[in-house]
Amino acid sequence: MAPLVPKSGDAVFASVERVNAELFTLTYGAIVRQLLTDLEEVEEVNKQLDQMGYNIGVRLIDEFLAKSNVSRCVDFRETADVIAKVGFKMFLGVAATVTNWDAEGTTCSLVLEDNPLVDFVELPDTCQGLRYCNILSGVIRGALEMVSMKTEITWIRDMLNGDDAYELRVKLLKQVPEEYPYKDDD
Amino acid sequence: MQFFSGSTSTESSLLPSAPPGTGAGGPGNNVHMIYIFNRAGVCLLYREWNRPLRTLDPQQDHKLMFGLLFSLRSFTAKIDPTTAEKGNLGVPLLPGQGCSFYSFKTNTYQLNFMETPSGIKLILITHSRTGDQRESLKYIYNLYVEYVVKNPLYVPGTPIQCDLFTKNLDQYVRTLI
Repeated sequence: MAPLVPKSGDAVFASVERVNAELFTLTYGAIVRQLLTDLEEVEEVNKQLDQMGYNIGVRLIDEFLAKSNVSRCVDFRETADVIAKVGFKMFLGVAATVTNWDAEGTTCSLVLEDNPLVDFVELPDTCQGLRYCNILSGVIRGALEMVSMKTEITWIRDMLNGDDAYELRVKLLKQVPEEYPYKDDD
Repeated sequence: MQFFSGSTSTESSLLPSAPPGTGAGGPGNNVHMIYIFNRAGVCLLYREWNRPLRTLDPQQDHKLMFGLLFSLRSFTAKIDPTTAEKGNLGVPLLPGQGCSFYSFKTNTYQLNFMETPSGIKLILITHSRTGDQRESLKYIYNLYVEYVVKNPLYVPGTPIQCDLFTKNLDQYVRTLI
């Protein structure tokens, strides 16, 4: 059997089921709006979006692995590239760019020029401090945790707050080795 | 505004087409049982089709199977003569580190193994006359994604109770040769 070649983001995007982009954008907007009504505090909404994203990421990683044929990444640099080029493309239809590596190769920025989540969105003054796309950082954190990478993700730039792009800072905290899960005495 | 194509797919197009069997025998009763474990050693699914002899209680059986794979995986990585970078025997591996085995064969059965980077371990025990099952395991992983991971009622890390998954799995293993 020939080794499976990892597919490009475009190839996977073309082969998976998709929904109408406007439906997707508006549904997400409705969720955020409902959260704002229910939770009232902007900080709480940020937290909730992150948690929802995390729960999505925990499942999404399996779909990603099954459909993209990506088997393993040599280092975190490659991981970041795969997220930006294959992951984002496959699930959102846009690719991100990876920049601003630190010297150790554990922290980088994912920059999104185009973000389908925020079409039609304007933040009112009452929602200052809302991380509208916080779900994305949650998804990445959850997905990476399932492949044993603990990460910390922060938003640096946000177009809804007047910046020129979306920038996510991804920091690799540690890689968790595979341990034998059972105790010896049972 | 970018429009994605509307979804008109039926159930069958959710998945890539199933790989054909690879062995010399015919389809039918070639698969003995399957185990699915997650990284924490929880047996998510055990299913048997043809297992006349049972010697242990199920829990012990699952634990032994997981232990065997865990050790074998770390052992195969450690004796790999082709790479220099590897730790000491017994030192935990990072997921995806080192090589991994995908099958072993005895005179009566064949054990096929696949581990995903997310820690899902699929073990398919087939008759020794069956061929390379790596494609089949990949297909079963796709079934798992479609019918288990995407099932909102399924709580990750718990045993799988999902009729659609087991039904499709049953159907698929019957075609393996």
